[in-house]
Amino acid sequence: MITETKNTLPKEICDFIDVCLTREHPESYLIAVLHKLQQQFGYLTREHMDEVAQRLHVPASFVSGVATFYHFFRLQPRGKFSISVCLGTACFVKGADKILDAFRAELGVDLAETTKDGLFSLDCTRCLGVCGLAPVVTINDKVYSQVTPQQVPDLINRAKADLETTETKV
Amino acid sequence: MTRYEEIAQRIQKDFQSQLKSNQIVIQIGSATCEKAAGSDLVREEFEKLVKATGRQDIRLKQTGCTGRCSREPIVGVFFPGQFPFKYEKVTVAKVQQIFEQHILGGKPVLNLILDKKTTKYYSHIVTLYPSNAPGFAEDKKWEDILVERLKAKHVDPETTRVFVGGNVNISNKVQGKQGVGMMIFPEKTLYHFASEAELDQIIQAHFVENKTCPELFAQIDSMTERFFSVYGDVAFFNKQTRLTLRNSGIIDPENMDEYIFNHGYEGLAKALAKNEPNFVIEEVLKSGLRGRGGAGYPTGRKWKDATTSPDPIKYTVCNADEGDPGAFMDRSALEGDPFSVIEGMTIAAFAVGAHQGYMYIRAEYPLAIERCEKAIAKARAAGFLGKNILGSGFDYDIEIRLGAGAFVCGEETALMRSIEGRRGQPRIRPPYPTQGGLWGHPTVINNVETLANVPVIMVYGADFFARIGTEKSKGTKVFALAGKINNTGLVEVPMGTTLREIIFDIGGGIPGGRSLKGIQTGGPSGGTIPASAVDTPVDYDSLTQAGSIMGSGGMIILDDSDCMVATAKFFLEFTQDESCGKCVPCREGTLRMLEILTRITDGHGSLEDITKLERLGKLIQKTSLCGLGQTAPNPVLSVLKNFRAEFLEHITEKHCPTQRCPKLVRYEIDEEKCTGCTLCARRCPVPCISGTARKPHVIDQERCIKCGECFTVCKFDAVKKL
Repeated sequence: MITETKNTLPKEICDFIDVCLTREHPESYLIAVLHKLQQQFGYLTREHMDEVAQRLHVPASFVSGVATFYHFFRLQPRGKFSISVCLGTACFVKGADKILDAFRAELGVDLAETTKDGLFSLDCTRCLGVCGLAPVVTINDKVYSQVTPQQVPDLINRAKADLETTETKV
Repeated sequence: MTRYEEIAQRIQKDFQSQLKSNQIVIQIGSATCEKAAGSDLVREEFEKLVKATGRQDIRLKQTGCTGRCSREPIVGVFFPGQFPFKYEKVTVAKVQQIFEQHILGGKPVLNLILDKKTTKYYSHIVTLYPSNAPGFAEDKKWEDILVERLKAKHVDPETTRVFVGGNVNISNKVQGKQGVGMMIFPEKTLYHFASEAELDQIIQAHFVENKTCPELFAQIDSMTERFFSVYGDVAFFNKQTRLTLRNSGIIDPENMDEYIFNHGYEGLAKALAKNEPNFVIEEVLKSGLRGRGGAGYPTGRKWKDATTSPDPIKYTVCNADEGDPGAFMDRSALEGDPFSVIEGMTIAAFAVGAHQGYMYIRAEYPLAIERCEKAIAKARAAGFLGKNILGSGFDYDIEIRLGAGAFVCGEETALMRSIEGRRGQPRIRPPYPTQGGLWGHPTVINNVETLANVPVIMVYGADFFARIGTEKSKGTKVFALAGKINNTGLVEVPMGTTLREIIFDIGGGIPGGRSLKGIQTGGPSGGTIPASAVDTPVDYDSLTQAGSIMGSGGMIILDDSDCMVATAKFFLEFTQDESCGKCVPCREGTLRMLEILTRITDGHGSLEDITKLERLGKLIQKTSLCGLGQTAPNPVLSVLKNFRAEFLEHITEKHCPTQRCPKLVRYEIDEEKCTGCTLCARRCPVPCISGTARKPHVIDQERCIKCGECFTVCKFDAVKKL
């Protein structure tokens, strides 16, 4: 089905696509465009992807093919806090599975799920390269090292507290 | 004077005047790992304190990471003319102590020093580097001889400390010669002696008469000097040979001038001045440099392959898609010294005649991406990238392309597709990338570590490089040491160093009094080497013989509490998850192997499963399209070969000796300890625990689901895990 361009993309991204179109092999910037989109919205929507396809002059199937191929791109909205437990080798050897279980129990969600209040999403990642300080967990952009299952409730509470302070500031 | 010489001279002048200004430098690590350990807070605290004093002679400096992960954040304090002090695991509270006591008071905080090697304020630090030349009396305890002689001359052994370094490449001149290198700090003097008489001569002149002994001077190259002048007293470092990581943890990765000051861009300037691409290729061929991404293809030959094509459009690519879980040397190199990699790419481009390059970096490494972006912009602004580089007429530029979390994109044909903006699925070779790569044009793809070595070869020459390592594997290799090891971190050693030296001499052995069980190298494409083969030298061929591979450099140490079947399963889960799905053997085969392994760890395995795993594994190796599939069975096959008894125990006894496989654990209640509190019986979800109050309880093994709840809730330690 052909959909009309709906102009839902933010201006910076349209401008970036326009710049790409002036360069050689504009379609090769697709992954870069999707990165920018996800950075801004947290995930990729069907409407956004369709508009990217039209502006970049590639088939919509090409865009969704790329978006679904790479683990990094998400097609579902995420919680305010994206918790990612590293399941790389070093973290695995140092008991990352137990940390993942602790998050599961504490949040009541499984991998790739979001809590009902929309606050926390639980994910895993394959190695952040901080193996020397394994096991590691990231909450949004912050990296926590040498985490123990006992620290898990504290990490969640700290994130909640951060949210309260920022909200009261606003 | 060439344009490079002009730039280098100006920088030399700036830095000399900075050195003369007698600044106190506080050096703070700023790589992802350092930040995870809290280095940002440390830096802020120092900034605050320095500002409060209003002093202009205290300078804060950021560096990448030195690779001493388990002790981060690390802070170095450099007083002019004094030996540098490094502090470990610095926290905000410790910052205040260090600042007041050391920086303002001049007295180092001895109990916070890295590795606690220092207990006193030394006047001198002497590091000995015995020669690796054949025939030299290596059995002589030069350390003891030196200490004894110093005592005889009444040099206080408390203030002059002696350390022994590894067979490091301390100087081009000393390497390969019989004798011992002797570096004295803080003077930074390097002597070279070949007999006890010569040693006496040095001691008499240097320590007794306070002079020097010029006839025994050895020329020290600045690359080695600046590393050892900072870290020479730490065993973790002084047994290493740092070529790839020559600047990591030493220079500010965002300061191009400091890179140039340390021989940066000298290699490119040399290559451009010669104006002969063939010369560069011949040098790299002669150096014996092989691809550090894992496969070990000779770098020079790859470059030569690309030049045979008449196509005027060529590309160079830096593969920084470090997907092997457990490897982090490329991240550290890009965060700690991005210019080396960029210079290496530029030299490669000049050699093959490319004008456009791409750095393909994992999206999981945001700091590495940021540092590379900054470095490329700075190099472009200074004329090291772009049109007419250094006035030579050569044009070259680099663009960064991000990965998006696909392990298979480390495979070169998949990587190129990803750069082209497509799904990163591999294709059949030939054509090889050097013939038909990006958009059909010849493309040279090199790994981060390979490229970082190229400037070293250009500056110091192919012969220098070829003297390090073994006959077939030249130079050094960086390993990311992690898992059950005391000193986790980055270790760069000459090829041919044994696993034992890496694990025990540098890595400090296994923590918690446990014993070494296996060494996993090569990640999901590699295998696990048993502890009995710990004397295997690390080079491409020996590791393959030992049943693993060199791989990109991840080295995970496993101790006797790690289950080999679970580890093999872990890697298979990984490759199964990362299989791109294009070819059947990899997509379906790894899934079936994983099913069999799950069956075994769930306690339903049969002996037939071993034959099935081996047959299927070999089939996948032979019939998969790309490297991911061809190597995916390796972790399982190597465990089957090296740890077969453990595998069999899982199948025949339905028992996991390390208790890592939850379903193969048995829970029993100790009659003596059980008080009959009934807590376990009430919590058991099945329920399969029976007994009356105040009498010992019993678990019905047939019905037990091994959830472990009884073990967790028992307050009397009566539930045993077997």
